[in-house]
Amino acid sequence: MPTNETPPPPRDVRGPAAGGRSPSPDGPDRGRQPLPGGGVLGGVGALLVLADGRFPAGGHAHSGGAEAAVAAGRIRDAGSLEAFCRGRLHTVGLTAAGLAAAAAAGLDPLVLDDAADARTPSSALRVTARRLGRQLMRAARAAWPSPELDALAAARPRGAHQPVVLGLTAHAAALGPPEAAYAAGYEVVSGPATAVVRLLSLDPFEATAVLARLAPELDQVVARAADAARRALDEGPDALPAASAPLLDIAAEQHATWSVRLFAS
Amino acid sequence: MHLDHADTYPPRHTYGATGPHRPDGTRRALRVGLGGPVGSGKTATVAALCRALRDQLSLAVVTNDIYTREDAEFLLRNAVLPPERITAVETGACPHTAIRDDISANLEAVEELEETVGPLDLILVESGGDNLTATFSKGLVDAQVFVIDVAGGDDIPRKGGPGVTTADLLVVNKTDLAPYVGSDLARMARDAEAQRGELPVAFTSLVAEDGVRPIADWVRTRLAAWTAAPA
Repeated sequence: MPTNETPPPPRDVRGPAAGGRSPSPDGPDRGRQPLPGGGVLGGVGALLVLADGRFPAGGHAHSGGAEAAVAAGRIRDAGSLEAFCRGRLHTVGLTAAGLAAAAAAGLDPLVLDDAADARTPSSALRVTARRLGRQLMRAARAAWPSPELDALAAARPRGAHQPVVLGLTAHAAALGPPEAAYAAGYEVVSGPATAVVRLLSLDPFEATAVLARLAPELDQVVARAADAARRALDEGPDALPAASAPLLDIAAEQHATWSVRLFAS
Repeated sequence: MHLDHADTYPPRHTYGATGPHRPDGTRRALRVGLGGPVGSGKTATVAALCRALRDQLSLAVVTNDIYTREDAEFLLRNAVLPPERITAVETGACPHTAIRDDISANLEAVEELEETVGPLDLILVESGGDNLTATFSKGLVDAQVFVIDVAGGDDIPRKGGPGVTTADLLVVNKTDLAPYVGSDLARMARDAEAQRGELPVAFTSLVAEDGVRPIADWVRTRLAAWTAAPA
């Protein structure tokens, strides 16, 4: 199995679309090493780097819909933040995690980029996803140089959807589909939690406790996303989750028109 | 869009201020950051610089507003540059993060300006108003100007901090107000020299005729050095 010394094999992003299972080590168990005494060791070190809130990929300027929800009174305290994050996690979080897992599992990122478009009804959020995808691409290529990232950057110069870039980044970092799903799912809840600390002056310990309480549900979302990605290798991207949150979409469209705001989305 | 050569591997990824060339081998625009506390006159300085330099140089501006597009709109309203040469970056309540810790949005903005209106000689990146520790990443700009003003207290140069101490040019603005707020310009100059050694300090009053001259001259000198450096 690949180690840090072995860069991932080059892969043509315009290669065969979803349908054919990619050869090992591109499968679902990619990046995992058997441990003596049982279990597997994923590339947890690289995952920590990728999921770090300080990873310089532009996320700090986005609230994940929290700014609009605070203004509408839907987030007022730690309890309503938790409800908001739970809703996000099981809808757009599941969808993003599925896309990221599929990209890490070896599905064609351009096919996944189209699938992400189809799963993002809000035009404002499509623009945001591509902008963040482009910013992530910059950081990813510096952190884990790889021909597959170069190829996607060349094919989508204005940016691919962020979860797709995230999954391909995980692949370049020798991480597997579940780790890619973890990074995507965690970001979907950690972004709003951080933003609400700034927006409401919410106690940061309470905000972090919200994330801790959601961690078991993140595990469930990741399991569903990784399972869907495995099926998508055979059945194509339609097997991926397409959960959405209409209120997030509507609020995002309104938020994009505000003249005074702290966050870009 | 990525401006790097496609045929070098592993490639450079950030096309940051450390890589001084365009893909065709010519030198890219000099990038100058302007930072400083709220209300010290950063936007007014940018506007005055644009007026002073726009006839000789191809210019563009990136603004980093904290919660509005007001700085960009001020520059547009005053028509200091055509609208396509001014880009606003949103910073999520943390202006220093966008210019130092996560420069990705600002790099996108400067590269997009070079693509759409370039080739440019000079890009000014204006920070949102912040505190005395806000500095620009070397991955974003080639040189930085820190703007303070006499009304903010004449002890600011003495207090130092990364902005005052390390900026390539320290600007002490609104010198015309010094008598009214009891600020001692000679003391500010002495303190600044003690903090900065050989690094230059400019005292300006933008309400005066050609008041931005000391900063414009400094920019021209930096640009001449930038252009003259080996390709």
